[in-house]
Amino acid sequence: MKKLIWLLIALFGAGAVGVIALQRGESVNALWFIAAALCVYAIAYRFYAAWISASVLACDATRITPAERLENGRDFVPTNKWIVFGHHFAAIAGPGPLVGPTLAAQFGYLPGTLWILFGSVLGGCVQDMVTLFCSTRRDAKSLGQMARDELGLLGGAAALMATFVIMIILIAVLGLVVVNAMKHSPWATSTVAATIPVAMMVGFYMRFFRPGQVLEATALGVTLLLLSVVAGGWIDHDESLRLCFDREGLFLAWSVMAYGFAAAVLPVWLLLAPRDYLSTFMKLGTITLLAVAIVMLRPEVKMPALTMFINGTGPIFGGKLFPFVFITIACGAISGFHSLIASGTTPKLLTNERDIAMIGYGGMLLESFVAVMAMIAATVLDPGVFFAINSPVGVVGKEAVDVVAKISSWGFPVTLTQMQHLAEQMGETTLFARTGGAPSLAVGMASIFGSAFGERLLAVWYHFAIMFEAIFILTTLDAGTRVGRFMLQDMLGNLWPKMAETSWMPSVLFASGLVVSGWGYFLYIGVIDPNGGVNILWPLFGMANQMLAAIALCVATGILIKSDKLKYAWITGGPLLWLVIITTLAAFEKVASDDTRIGFLSAAQDLAAKSAAGALPAEKAAVASQLIFNLHLDALLTLFFVVLLWLIVIDMLRVSSRYLAGKPVPPLSEAQYQLRLVNSERLMD
Amino acid sequence: MLKQLRVAWRILRQLSGDDAYERYLEHFVERSLISNCSECQQPLSKKAFFRRWQDEKWYGVKRCC
Repeated sequence: MKKLIWLLIALFGAGAVGVIALQRGESVNALWFIAAALCVYAIAYRFYAAWISASVLACDATRITPAERLENGRDFVPTNKWIVFGHHFAAIAGPGPLVGPTLAAQFGYLPGTLWILFGSVLGGCVQDMVTLFCSTRRDAKSLGQMARDELGLLGGAAALMATFVIMIILIAVLGLVVVNAMKHSPWATSTVAATIPVAMMVGFYMRFFRPGQVLEATALGVTLLLLSVVAGGWIDHDESLRLCFDREGLFLAWSVMAYGFAAAVLPVWLLLAPRDYLSTFMKLGTITLLAVAIVMLRPEVKMPALTMFINGTGPIFGGKLFPFVFITIACGAISGFHSLIASGTTPKLLTNERDIAMIGYGGMLLESFVAVMAMIAATVLDPGVFFAINSPVGVVGKEAVDVVAKISSWGFPVTLTQMQHLAEQMGETTLFARTGGAPSLAVGMASIFGSAFGERLLAVWYHFAIMFEAIFILTTLDAGTRVGRFMLQDMLGNLWPKMAETSWMPSVLFASGLVVSGWGYFLYIGVIDPNGGVNILWPLFGMANQMLAAIALCVATGILIKSDKLKYAWITGGPLLWLVIITTLAAFEKVASDDTRIGFLSAAQDLAAKSAAGALPAEKAAVASQLIFNLHLDALLTLFFVVLLWLIVIDMLRVSSRYLAGKPVPPLSEAQYQLRLVNSERLMD
Repeated sequence: MLKQLRVAWRILRQLSGDDAYERYLEHFVERSLISNCSECQQPLSKKAFFRRWQDEKWYGVKRCC
């Protein structure tokens, strides 16, 4: 009977994937996406994850976990598996799976959706789960420590470097997304600005007024946030007030930098911790709401399955379908960043090794589902509207008339009145060239929410969606800046021990300043770049994230081989091979391609030639030298990623082949087996 | 229905860390029973516990993309 049910799920899932893959000419209902996703996830979880857990990793319910062995009531706390799942998911789910699919929708809905589904069940989920397992068996050590212990110094140093660089690029690109969403939008800017004092109020409440009353404080904060969305509308309607918040991108970029610096220096209780509570609640609530709305509304997906931009001429970012769709959708399919949470953080709460599949694999499945919903929200828009919002000025021109003419000429009809009407509905002056993915996602979400829960409130829904995206982008931004500060202080401590003191003010200010200027630089260039900046920064981020994933998979593959499980090493080795191929190819194209929209070096050459010939428009000529320098820097950074990636892959292969040849290697650092002291009842479940 | 609501409330409190201090006290009592040394340490006050909990929680990578 059970077999029959699973067979039916498999058949229905295959049918649903078939519908979205083969439908041509007519629109597809979004429910098919949801159905395909749920069936693929169910089958993968029930069979692949269960098999990995039982046969490959041999998760052992009788074995004590670090949470129990090292229990201290503070960070090592054995916790109910659902609670651990909640914490783990809240930590891994960020803005990445929302932005990536939105950008990748320029290829059509199909490539991105397939990569989200199959990349996650074969790659991302496996990475998260195996990393969680390895760290659980090693006293909840971090990825960097595991790389050092299992592979050697090179592996450890590479993991540390990769983490630091990816953090810088990630923050820059996220900052750019927020800046683009707030540019010349008084409503969005005032709402996002209001989230800062709201977070501080909540911080004070939790610290002094009612210490530890987290839920009370969060309820207060969420209410204030919703109020600030509405209040943003009032500000937008007030002529004098709206001028205060109607700002250029550059001003907003400097504000975001000042904010990031303050968040890294100020105590956590004031800004970081309360903002995180608010963003977690907002995130879980809004994602649930979106799922409910999609199921209620059953919108039609209007984007074709494939667009002509698979040939690499896409307006949002340059590059062919292969390999760029795999770089653009990093989180949502496979994200190296997750391995930092799966090692070090989550294992400190895990009570039973048997739950590793549910938390590691299941957590990533849910994240992948968020990416599918983002893809739906982007593709229910009229393709013409989607491209009008997301195409940068440098590609489609500045004048609205030219933009609609150009986009319509691609076969995606859009009119000026349509765009004006839409902007009015959303309470914005214009929606042209709002690159970065956040505004188009917000328009998509607003139209879904609006149709499901009340059309009249479209503008409020739009700004609610912007606030929702901004609040957890800023949470990643400030948490990331702070982590970057700690890492930098740690590194500087090797040169001068006093620098490693995390409470020594000069060191705090210096390290924070350095981290902020690192990402601030890329943010600044992204804002002044007429091609939108996203075209450069997002692929860099994607490559960095995939590189970190490759490092995690290297560590996992090395551990599997050293545990005499060579015949199973393909479960991590397969995704690793794929990532090495796509990252290397994408990096090669980004550096060496002759297409100026793809290759950094050819773009720099082209710009230099035009600048020398005086063929650039005035505003671009003014920043040409900065852009040229930046393109060279980006090329260098890309090369650095690839070299780092190959170094660690070669190191893993060296250690593995030495092990297989019986030569000495760093020993497995797995903790000794110890029996869990539990009653039989707990063992059963 | 009431029972389910109560369970949901408990999960919500635990997820958000709202009941972290209560769980810490339970843990403290359990430990002092095992080690049989009640006078060696007093439990932290709610305020002090929460401070330490918050500071520790925010050391390291806690959020990603």
